[in-house]
Amino acid sequence: MRFWIAVIPLVLFAALAGIFLTNIGKDQSVIPSALIGKPAPEFSLPPLPGRETGISHADLTQGHVSVINVFASWCVPCRAEHPMIKRLAAEADVPVYGLNYKEKDPQDGVNWLDEMGDPYTAVGMDISGRTAIDFGVYGVPETFIIDGEGKIAYKQVGPIDEKTLEDVLLPKIRELKKG
Amino acid sequence: MIRLLRLNGPLMLPMLALVMALAFYARPAYAVNPDEMLSDPALEARAREISEELRCLVCQNQSIDDSDADLAHDLRVLVRERLLAGDTNQQAINYIVARYGDYVLLNPPLKPDTYILWASPFILVGLAGLAVFGFYRRKKREGRTTPANLTDQERKRLNEILNPSGD
Repeated sequence: MRFWIAVIPLVLFAALAGIFLTNIGKDQSVIPSALIGKPAPEFSLPPLPGRETGISHADLTQGHVSVINVFASWCVPCRAEHPMIKRLAAEADVPVYGLNYKEKDPQDGVNWLDEMGDPYTAVGMDISGRTAIDFGVYGVPETFIIDGEGKIAYKQVGPIDEKTLEDVLLPKIRELKKG
Repeated sequence: MIRLLRLNGPLMLPMLALVMALAFYARPAYAVNPDEMLSDPALEARAREISEELRCLVCQNQSIDDSDADLAHDLRVLVRERLLAGDTNQQAINYIVARYGDYVLLNPPLKPDTYILWASPFILVGLAGLAVFGFYRRKKREGRTTPANLTDQERKRLNEILNPSGD
């Protein structure tokens, strides 16, 4: 009996240590998406000023894998992430669509892309932020991988760095393309 | 003026009374802006009720009713739109949950994923009760047993200690 009482703190400690260990490196602010495996929402977003094509739900249901990246000119991490979006567009060989989130002035998005370079297949302007809400976006940047049937297969919250691109996103896209 | 407000100035007492009265009048400041509010007070009250149940996903420990974040504003407006469109409270909440998951609910729902969460207070109280019960039972048992009489050998040893010089 005494022996077991002495063991209890050790067991509790080991359990807590285990829980903490599995949480190391996990970003606690990342919320699991409710939409993984669900069809991408219906939407239609107008093009940036001076451009021809926006983006819509139909772009995501063409039978091939695609990517949607939510960005904004006022979003500092997006600036850091942008080179990885360029690599993604170049290396993944799938359409990468841009969702330009809540610009104060529609021209801001155009200027930003002129400055940073534009890797997107097409860009849609979400001035009200309503389409982003339908996608469950709660911060920028966020990136969604959509499978060939138009279902949301993966969601990346926060900026993509080299490691995320190479170890997570590109393999995930390759796997989805195989079917 | 400055002189009047000094610690011993003639206006000190009335000022103090005013400050204290204002302190008691203070209410929590809400982030809801007048331009977001619905003109129908009943609908607006329902919107407030719903907003207090929904977590702001940017700040995560505030409700969207409290939060100044841009997204919280958008969600407040969205909730009001749903109500205007004829949604019940639950339908409006479900609309948000469909997009952001159970995490947006400040009151987690009772379902298999959360059984442990809801049961944990009862489990802890139960364990504490068991510990207290065990403690008292052992005490009672120990209290009932009278110490055994000393053996001859112990009696002899005791005598040796008490009368070291003896014999």
